[in-house]
Amino acid sequence: MNWEGENLFQEKRPERLIDPNGLRLDGRKLDQLRQIKLEVGILDKANGSAYVEQGRNRILVAVYGPREAHPKHIALPDRAVVRCRYHMAPFSTEERKSPAPSRREMELSKVIREALEPAILSGNYPRTSIDIFIEVLQSDGGTRCAAITGASLALADAGIPMKSLVSACAVGKVEGQIALDLSDLEDKYGEADMPVAFMPSFNTITLVQMDGSFTLEEFAKALDIAAEACGQIHEMQKTALKGKYLSIKEEVEEKGEVEEAGE
Amino acid sequence: MARIEQRTIVDMISHGKRIDERSLTNYRDLKIEVGIIEKANGSAQVFLGKTKVMVGVKVETGDPFPDTPKEGILTVNAELVPLASPSFEPGPPDEKSIELARVVDRGLRESKAIDLEQLCIEAGKKVFIVFVDVYVLDYDGNLIDASAIASLAALLNARMSNYEIKDGEVIYKPGHKNLPMKNHPITVTIAKIGSSLVVDPCLEEEQVMSARLTAAIEDSGRVCAMQKGGMEGLTMEEVKAAVQIASKKANEIRERISEATK
Repeated sequence: MNWEGENLFQEKRPERLIDPNGLRLDGRKLDQLRQIKLEVGILDKANGSAYVEQGRNRILVAVYGPREAHPKHIALPDRAVVRCRYHMAPFSTEERKSPAPSRREMELSKVIREALEPAILSGNYPRTSIDIFIEVLQSDGGTRCAAITGASLALADAGIPMKSLVSACAVGKVEGQIALDLSDLEDKYGEADMPVAFMPSFNTITLVQMDGSFTLEEFAKALDIAAEACGQIHEMQKTALKGKYLSIKEEVEEKGEVEEAGE
Repeated sequence: MARIEQRTIVDMISHGKRIDERSLTNYRDLKIEVGIIEKANGSAQVFLGKTKVMVGVKVETGDPFPDTPKEGILTVNAELVPLASPSFEPGPPDEKSIELARVVDRGLRESKAIDLEQLCIEAGKKVFIVFVDVYVLDYDGNLIDASAIASLAALLNARMSNYEIKDGEVIYKPGHKNLPMKNHPITVTIAKIGSSLVVDPCLEEEQVMSARLTAAIEDSGRVCAMQKGGMEGLTMEEVKAAVQIASKKANEIRERISEATK
C-alpha cells in the first residue's frame, strides 16, 4: 500500500449502482430507507439536543433558546429570531474538509433554517433568539435531511412549541430509476438528487431543492415518494421523543418502589 | 413594510390583481443588453422591471480539479453590492449572495449548459476556467431570475481567442470563437402569496410572500435545479403547480435571450 499522499479510504467509482436483482450497493431496494437511529437529550449543556444516525451519517444537533438575543440589534419585537449553523467536522468526509465555513455550508445553514422556521411558534418568544447548531460528524449523503430530522427533535427536546415536527428525506435517480434516500456514492454518480422536508400533518413542504435531471412526471412521482418516506420518519421521531419521557417515567416509578420498600 | 400595505398586496392578489397591474403569471418588462463590457470575454445587463443585474464572464486558464482532469471549470460568484439596495452592506458574501450564486450555478451546471470537456487544454494539467460574476446593481425583487438570464446571455455573448496547443502551451491565433454552449437553462421564480402563486415577484411582493420556489428548466423541458426559499412552506399541490407554471414560462424567456444574443 502506498502510504505517501494516497488517501487510504478512497472510494472508487463502482461499476454498477443497481445490481440485476434491483438491489443497491448496500443491499437496499429502491424504495427503502437506510437504517435510522434517533436519540434525544444526549447533551448536558444544550437546552435541547438530538443525535441522528442514518446509514453512515452521524449528526449531532443542539438547540440553545429561547435565550437573550446577542447582538441586541438582531432581536425582533414580535418574535424570536431563529438562527441555524450547519457545519461539517474536518474528519467527516473522505477528503479532509477545512473547518472554515464553506459556501455550501452557508447555503445549507440558510435552507435548513427555512425548513424549520415554518414549524416554530416563534411569536411566543419576542426579542429572543433560538439557535440551532448542527455538527455533521460523518457524512454519507443526505446530511441536510438527517440534520433537519434531528433539529426537529432537538427543538422539541428544548421544549420549544412547534406546529409540527419537520421530517426530511432525499429522493433521487440512480441508473434511470427513482431511488429513496441516496447515499453519497449514489448522489455523486446518480442522475438526480432531491432533498425534501415535510410537515406531514399539514401536507406542507418546507424544503425542496434539486439538482440533476427529472422530467416533470419523474419529479412529481419522486416528490410523492419523498413525502411518504417523510411520514415514516415522522413516526420514528415521535417514538424517539416518547422514549425520552418513558425512560423518565420508569426512573420515577423505580424510585417510588424503592421508597415504598424502605418504609 | 406597513401592515396596511402588506394587507393590500395580499388582498389584491387574492382577487388576481398585482400592484403593477400584471397578471399573476407574467414577467415584468424585460430588457437584455449584451457585450457592454469590452474587457470581459462576455457580458450582459438585464433590466427586469426595476431590478438591474450585470454579469461579466472572464475566461482564464488553470489547473483542472483532480476528479475531473479532462473538464474545464465553471465558477459562479454573486455580489450584492451596497449601491443596489439600502439593505445591502459591504463585506464578504453573505448567505443571500451565496445562495444566489449557487442556484444560478446549479442551473448552468446540472443542465451542462457549457460543454466543459471542450474546455480541456491538456488533460490533468491545464483547462479553461469560466468565471461568471453576477453583479446586482438595483434590487427590486427576483434577483435569481434576473441573474440567471444575465448569466446565460453573457455566456452566449462570450468570445475567446482561437488557440492551438503546442508542447502543452496555449498559442493564441487570430480570430475568436464562442464558448461551447449546449443547453440553455432558464430559472423561473414563483412566490406564494396568500394561497396564490405569482411569477417574478417584485420587491414588495417578496416582502409579503410566505415562500418562493425557483425551478430551472433546460431545453428539453426537464427540471435541472430547484430551490425553495422563504420562512413558510408550500403544499405538495402548490409545489407541483409551480413547477408546471415554470416549465411553461421558461420558453418565453429563452426566446428573449436568444433574440438578444443573435
